[in-house]
Parts: sequence; C-alpha cells; structure tokens
Amino acid sequence: MVDVSRIGSLPAAFLTAGTSSFTEFLRQYSPELLPGNRVPAGADLGELAPHATTLVATTFKGGVVMAGDRRATMGNMIAQRDIQKVFQADEYSAVGMAGAAGLGLELIRLFQLELEHYEKIEGTVLSLEGKANRLSHMIRGNLGMAMQGLAVVPLFAGYDLGTGGGRIFSYDVTGGRYEEHQFFSVGSGSVFARGALKKLYRDDLTADEAIAVTVQALYDAADDDSATGGPDLQRRIFPIVAVVDEAGYRQRDEQAVAQIVEEVVAGRDVRPDGPVAPLR
Amino acid sequence: MSMQFGYVSPEQIMKDRADYARKGIARGRSVIVIQYAGGILFAAESPSPSLHKISEIYDRIAFAAVGKYNEFEILRQAGVRLADLRGYSYDRVDVSGRALANVYAQTLGTIFTQDPKPYEVELVVAEVGETTDADQIYRITYDGSVWADSGFSVMGGAAEQVGQYVGEHFTKGASLEGSLRLAVDALGRDTDAPRELATSSLEVAVLDRERPRRRFRRLTGPVLDSLLGRGGSETSPQADSDGSGD
Repeated sequence: MVDVSRIGSLPAAFLTAGTSSFTEFLRQYSPELLPGNRVPAGADLGELAPHATTLVATTFKGGVVMAGDRRATMGNMIAQRDIQKVFQADEYSAVGMAGAAGLGLELIRLFQLELEHYEKIEGTVLSLEGKANRLSHMIRGNLGMAMQGLAVVPLFAGYDLGTGGGRIFSYDVTGGRYEEHQFFSVGSGSVFARGALKKLYRDDLTADEAIAVTVQALYDAADDDSATGGPDLQRRIFPIVAVVDEAGYRQRDEQAVAQIVEEVVAGRDVRPDGPVAPLR
Repeated sequence: MSMQFGYVSPEQIMKDRADYARKGIARGRSVIVIQYAGGILFAAESPSPSLHKISEIYDRIAFAAVGKYNEFEILRQAGVRLADLRGYSYDRVDVSGRALANVYAQTLGTIFTQDPKPYEVELVVAEVGETTDADQIYRITYDGSVWADSGFSVMGGAAEQVGQYVGEHFTKGASLEGSLRLAVDALGRDTDAPRELATSSLEVAVLDRERPRRRFRRLTGPVLDSLLGRGGSETSPQADSDGSGD
C-alpha cells in the first residue's frame, strides 16, 4: 500500500546509508536501468548492434596515452565513421571500449558515474587499482550479454598518483583483469596494432612521441583490418587521443592530432608499410 | 514527546518539536553561503578537516548544512544518489537544485510531523547558473519550510547575529577575495567579542561558474591563505589545492 503522506519525500532506499557504489544502489532501487538488464535470455543479438573496433594505449615517461579509431561496423557495413571510443573516466584515468557499441557506451557512462559517485559519497578518490577492479566487476556483470553476442571489452589506463607513472589494464569478457606493461591494444584490429606497438615502443618516449606511436599502430590496424577506420583526411576525422599524466586527463585537441596524423600519412606516402625498425 | 498523557493540542506538539529542533541546531557554529561575481562561496567553521558541512552534489549544485552530523549526512548522501540517478536516467543538464530542494523539503516536512523526533538540521542547496542572476540559493529548515534566499544565506547557532553582519556588508558582484573575507569576518562575530578564525579551522568551497562540468571545488591551505591575504603563500589562487573536485 502506498503511504500517501510520504509522497514526494525521499524513498527509504535513498536514506539508508550503506553503499558508496552507484551500481549497487541501482541494483537495489532501479535494476531496470542497469546495462543489459532488459534483454530476454537466449537470443543471439550479435548481428543487431554496431561494433566498435580498435583501441591502443602506450605508456610514456610520466603518463599514458590512449587512442581509438573512429569506426563502428555492423557486419560488412560501416555503421558510424566518427564514433568516440575513448573517454575520460575521472580526473586521472581514461577508459575506452571495443565490442558492442551501444552497450559499451552505456557501461562507460555507468563506470564514469560510479567513480564520481564514490568520490562524492566518500569525499575521497579510489586508488587506480580500485577503479580497475570496479570496472572488472561491471564487465563480469555483463557476461550474460556477452554470451548472447554483445561482448564489451574495455581498456583502462590511468596515472597512478601513488607510484607516479602511467598504467594500463586490459579485460576479458568474463571480467578478468590484467595489468599490461608498456603498451596494449584491444578490438578487431588489435593484432596488427600490437605488432606495430612492439616495434615502435621505447622507454624514453615523450607524450607527443607516444601519440605518434599510437597513430602509427592504428594506421597499421586499419591497413589490415576492414573494421578499423584509418584517418579520414577528406572528412577530417582523426583518432581520438587522450593523455593522462600528473596534470590529469586531457583529450588532445583535434588540430594537434591532425598534425601528427598528417606527418604519419606523409611518411606512408614514401614507405606504405611505415617506419623501419632496426634489425638488431 | 510520545509519553504524554491526556490531551495535548496539536499546536503544543508542533511547538515542542520545533523548540527541540531549534535547540539542537543552535548548538553548532554557523555556515555562510554567499554569492560572488564568479559563482557561489560556502564558508564554515569546522573543527574537523574531514567531517564536511559543505559538499558537492552535482555539476552545478552544492550542499551545506548545520545541526546533527549523522542526520544531515544521511540527507547529503540521499541527495547525491538522487542527483546521480536523475542525471543517469535523463541527462546531466536535467538535474536541478530546485527539484532537490523540493525533495529535501518534503522529506524534512514528513519527518517533522510523523517521526518520533524531528531532524535537528538546516540545509542550503545552491545552484550556480550561467550568470549571477541565474544563481539559486534555497534554505530548508527542520520542518520542511523552503526559503529562496537572494545574495546570501546564513544558518546555525548565531545565524541572526552573523546574518546581520553579512547583510550590512554584502555587495552584489563582489570579488572572491572580498566575499571570502566578509564571510570569515562574519563567522568570527558569533560572540560579542569578534574572534579571528585560523585558516585550519575553516571549511571553504566554491561553485565556480568558469569551471567546466563539475563546478565544485574546495579551497584549503595555501590557496585559502593567499585569498585571505594571510602571507607566506606562493601558490596561485587558481590552483586546486586538493587536486580533485570531491
């Protein structure tokens, strides 16, 4: 029975202290808002939704760079040419996703809010490990959807205020969390991107050099994987590049990225396969 | 209050409850919420650096409270949950201070009339707008009454005395430094002999109109010292002293 005298007041769930996790709160109060809670079990949904493709990340001295191409595909069609896959997670971290695009974007939105919510309720920020584990928990919750063809694979990177360096975390669809060293890539073009990263990565990269490395890797991914979009010089659509360092998260402005992309593309005019790595 | 025998008039019950709540609130130090040219400033005297009286609720909305800590902390957390839920189900721009003030008013009103004991709290919900005229400051009292204050709002023990001082010296569109000095001056005038409050016993935050997205920012330590003109500080007033917008 509805207690008429309490209409308009805060429902009990809001006033009951207990959790500083927004996801936990949603699960108790409004589970229909959780990503993936609205789909009947058993259906194969993989063909219904656009898929986001390749993400790369690499550390540099004092931080980490994450970049993503801009293509989403549905089967053999290009669903969107300017999709954003790399986002700010909070002040000191970036998150990106490959896989089912709609669900992935929703998960990222919830993850961003999860971090902000904790920060506001507790008055302090989570450790980088804590954030990475939280994301792992959310991906584990999506396993049912993954088994129906809507897998989401995120990539998480941030600046660790404790150790003073950039760190990268990768995930599998079951929520397994793995710390990656130096560089990593996820998504359909990740195999080709990782090959490029291996050859181009060095320990003393600056932020701008690290961006050039990610752009080269994305170029190689697009070169061999039809689902990864290369730089679109006609429409001026370039990878989205995020840098996280001591000063926090910032998305590199389009002009700066455009300049690096143009240099990379000019280099490919001379040597289409990209820079040569020394033999020994 | 529930152990009375015989007939007690509703007027008497309400009066008793109001007296009880007011007494609880009057025990604490004051909190001042004041508009300045670049946003809204919050200042309080706080004995603890971590038990906050002033907090972020959402992008443009902040919360300040006096009274019983555990009671306003429940309301603060509920407000964060409500704002985050609204912003998640609709959009970030759809979260408004007015709606939150309404919900707080309903909640406090219901608690005041129905629960065994009223909440001994007084709250301010402030929302910074695109211009000074679009700023909103709502004050909600223990019985669920809402007041839309213009310019500034004072709550707590010596609210009347402190409020009078702020009223006499308040000018619209003052600078951050000027407003902060006025607020700190006023906080020290809760007794007959004015006190000077140490920086370490101040809790200060702003809703900064110019900041992107999350406008709330705490001012502590050297930043606060330099704004107050209390020497020994080389930090620019723009620096975010704790590096986050918590």
